Amino acid sequence: MSKQQWTDTALAKALERGKERKSFTSTSDFPVERLSTPEDVHTDYETAIGYPGQYPFTRGVQPTMYRGKLWTMRQYAGFSTAEESNRRYKYLLEQGQTGLSVAFDLPTQIGYDSDDPVATGEIGRVGVAIDSMKDMEILFDGIPMDKVSTSMTINAPAAILLAFYIAAAEKQGVPPDKLQGTIQNDILKEYSARGTYIFPPAPSMRLVTNLFAYCSANTPQWNTISISGYHMREAGCTAAQEIAFTLADGIAYVEAALKAGMDVDDFAGRLAFFYASHNNLLEEVAKFRAARRLWAKIMKERFRARKERSMMMRFHTQTAGCTLTAQQPDNNIVRVAVQSLAAVLGGTQSLHTNSKDEALALPSEETVRIALRTQQIIACESGVADTIDPLAGSYYVESLTDRLQEKAEAYIARIDDMGGAVKAIELGFIQREITESAYEYQKAVETKEQVVVGQNQFIMEKVPVGGLLTIDPETAAFQVRKVTDVRKNRDNAAAREKLAVLRAAAATDDTNLMPLILDCARIYCTEGEICNELRAEFGEYRATEVL
Amino acid sequence: MAERKIRILIAKPGLDGHDRGAKVIARALRDAGYEVIYTGLRQSPEQIAAAAVSEDVDAVGISVLSGAHGYLFPRIIELLREQGADDILVFGGGIIPDADIPVLKAAGVAELFTPGTPLADIINFLRERYPE
Amino acid sequence: MLHKEQAGFDELLARGQNNDKRAIGRMISCIETGGTADHHMMQQLWSHTGRARIVGITGSPGTGKSTLADRMVKYWLTKGYRIGVIAVDPSSPFTGGAILGDRVRMNDLALVHEVYIRSMSARGQLGGLSLACSGAVGVLDACGYDIVLIETVGVGQSEVAIMNVADLVLVISVPGLGDDVQAIKAGILEIGDVFGVNKADLPGADRTAKELKAMLDMNPNMGEHQPPVLMVSAERSQGVDELCDAILENYAWMEESGELLKRRNRRLREELLSYMQDRVYRQVLAPVIENDSFDKNIKDFLSHARNPYVWAGEIADRMEEKLK
Repeated sequence: MSKQQWTDTALAKALERGKERKSFTSTSDFPVERLSTPEDVHTDYETAIGYPGQYPFTRGVQPTMYRGKLWTMRQYAGFSTAEESNRRYKYLLEQGQTGLSVAFDLPTQIGYDSDDPVATGEIGRVGVAIDSMKDMEILFDGIPMDKVSTSMTINAPAAILLAFYIAAAEKQGVPPDKLQGTIQNDILKEYSARGTYIFPPAPSMRLVTNLFAYCSANTPQWNTISISGYHMREAGCTAAQEIAFTLADGIAYVEAALKAGMDVDDFAGRLAFFYASHNNLLEEVAKFRAARRLWAKIMKERFRARKERSMMMRFHTQTAGCTLTAQQPDNNIVRVAVQSLAAVLGGTQSLHTNSKDEALALPSEETVRIALRTQQIIACESGVADTIDPLAGSYYVESLTDRLQEKAEAYIARIDDMGGAVKAIELGFIQREITESAYEYQKAVETKEQVVVGQNQFIMEKVPVGGLLTIDPETAAFQVRKVTDVRKNRDNAAAREKLAVLRAAAATDDTNLMPLILDCARIYCTEGEICNELRAEFGEYRATEVL
Repeated sequence: MAERKIRILIAKPGLDGHDRGAKVIARALRDAGYEVIYTGLRQSPEQIAAAAVSEDVDAVGISVLSGAHGYLFPRIIELLREQGADDILVFGGGIIPDADIPVLKAAGVAELFTPGTPLADIINFLRERYPE
Repeated sequence: MLHKEQAGFDELLARGQNNDKRAIGRMISCIETGGTADHHMMQQLWSHTGRARIVGITGSPGTGKSTLADRMVKYWLTKGYRIGVIAVDPSSPFTGGAILGDRVRMNDLALVHEVYIRSMSARGQLGGLSLACSGAVGVLDACGYDIVLIETVGVGQSEVAIMNVADLVLVISVPGLGDDVQAIKAGILEIGDVFGVNKADLPGADRTAKELKAMLDMNPNMGEHQPPVLMVSAERSQGVDELCDAILENYAWMEESGELLKRRNRRLREELLSYMQDRVYRQVLAPVIENDSFDKNIKDFLSHARNPYVWAGEIADRMEEKLK
């Protein structure tokens, strides 16, 4: 019997007796197939699906996947001061977390010291305040920097914070080549979605590629960028757009590095990616698989990469913060579990699980623990980590993987026509697409076409939530004192000199700024001071606001 | 000549770059017939108050997700008062813990909308304040 | 609230002339609102106006007008001018709502005492720029602003309408917009007094400038005074000084040659005419139509049971009768 015959006979009869509940669409706007059959899968197994650890990596980047090593459980954390965050990191490591992930406060993310007037009210709020290498030393006090793998969510001033990290490690006696971890360093999505930019695109891209070149020679185990779709998804885009905009940014970085004279195989293996995982489980699994296959194709065909590693899309996943509700927050534990499952079934290399209270405040110690336990349950009890890419071969998942890839490729072709991701951002194209999708989603929630349990259906009387994390109001004053002391106790003549050298090099086009920033970091120049030198030379970015 | 439109400034003070909420509200208010003035990211309280006065808006909607609401809201209200513009309504939204809401209201914030608030509630709030 | 302010309009004006931005904002709102209130205001304002140089900036979307306006204001500030900016955005036609976002490019100026920025929606009026816009210009002029910049998105009718409020029009184009040259052909050419090719650092800028010059040369309507074409990069702040100087030089020429007077004559005529049309409509025609209920008859018109032109003629006759 063919699918058509079944549709015309058995199904037709059933539909006569009763209609379906509603029309079904995926978040990426295509109709969800009622039933997928072998007829819906047009891919050739060997070339399009293949084997894990081999091109096109649809089934995963390693031959053993989680049978060899589980994904890295990495909770994004950081708040208040380096002292407080250091305590939280030690707690997480004791609880079985296997990597650190540093969240910085907004003044740090935008290159201002804690005593700058614009930092007022923001110090230590959404992450830890790091003003100089001194704070980085405190942050990793008692944590062996050659043993731990650290991820740092820092973008516009990535080079500076990495310099603080390298310099602090040197003080611990750890040489740069022993450092393992990832720096986000993804400025393009700051312009299109996250908003913590400092400099205009051209000098920003220079800092990105300077960091690539420095790390390629000095920190071979360090991932030099985490090309992030997460924030664009959080800002409202769909799964297909998330693939497309992330990989389009990836293409722009590869092109920039090639233009700076690097060989593709010298840096491509250190490119990492970062995605969100949402509630629509099967679509999310298909998304990860499609993105992996598409990136491999791009690296091989467009950029002629030769090393297999250059074609592997290794990625970190975070469960989707925007799906969490402030209402009935306990329900968020279940959402996070579904999303984590999608990430694991999609073959993620590391995972952050959100805490149930994140729509209300920064997570508390207790809620972070539940989030981590969720990952541990999936890893140790669910059995999904025991076999590789278990959903492969599902007619639906394979056809959805194909369709997502097609849709993403069509977007990338449009972005290519505009002249690439940087141009598309300057034209406001990516921002407009994201905002459109966000508004469409919100309208669907308003009409209850999209049900959000506990928020627009199954509503209950609000129950006050206790145990939220609060930031000590003394934090700001403490941090200001610390940075003032740093400036008082260092060799100020040397600081002025090194800053001047950096400024002069920034004025030229061809000097790698990374070693000069490291010189400044070592003698306790502050982040704000270093950024101000660069601001004076590079100017500041002004957003193309797209509504 | 057209009738007077209700003008609303939608602003993102502080350093937080998460503007999804602000942009969605701006669009929803536009579709509800309001004139929305959008100031973009990283506006200081001083800039926001100055814009509200120059634009002679009826209301200012502020979105804060960074936890800096305890400083930013009262500061903006204070600046509006200093400029004799205390009749401009200030409302807001974002990640604001329940415990902080009475404090902000006492400081003069007319209403606060936390995550998950239907857009219709915000529009109804404005319709009640500014009946047509 | 507004009524209370109307009574104190003289006081508002005095405060505005002292550069109290709250008062300026209020006056512009009153004028925007229209109604009988603004009549008194327009009368009061008139004796204080006529000094400001009113410069329009127009061009297609994506030409960087707002950023350029920001840079021009910054340059003119260094010359000691006080500058008012009116940014006009198109209104959403269905709901009457609008999002006005041009301020974003000028946020640096929000705290500058010598600068006043106001966003306006075109509110779906024919020609895009509303009567309210010239009212707002009047307020800024009366409050001692030396230059008033009117920035408007160049789509459809609004480019032409900018002539009805500005003394001098700066037309911005950029290389690589493809259809830009077409747009120029479609009528911008006639209204530009100064042309700027923005984003001059992009490839093709020279060609765009050359094409523009060639088209201006060929234009038979052009007199001896050829509008200058300048290259500028607002983003890099290059060529902005020269552009601003060229505008004021052109302005000086317009004053000397009598061109300015000619334009202001024509504009005042247009403005008064539409002002009177508006008032006659609201004071005389609107009540009559209401009584005769257009809505009540519309069905009959559409079903051809009644002739709408006969109906319209009757109303006009009745009004004429009344006026006698």
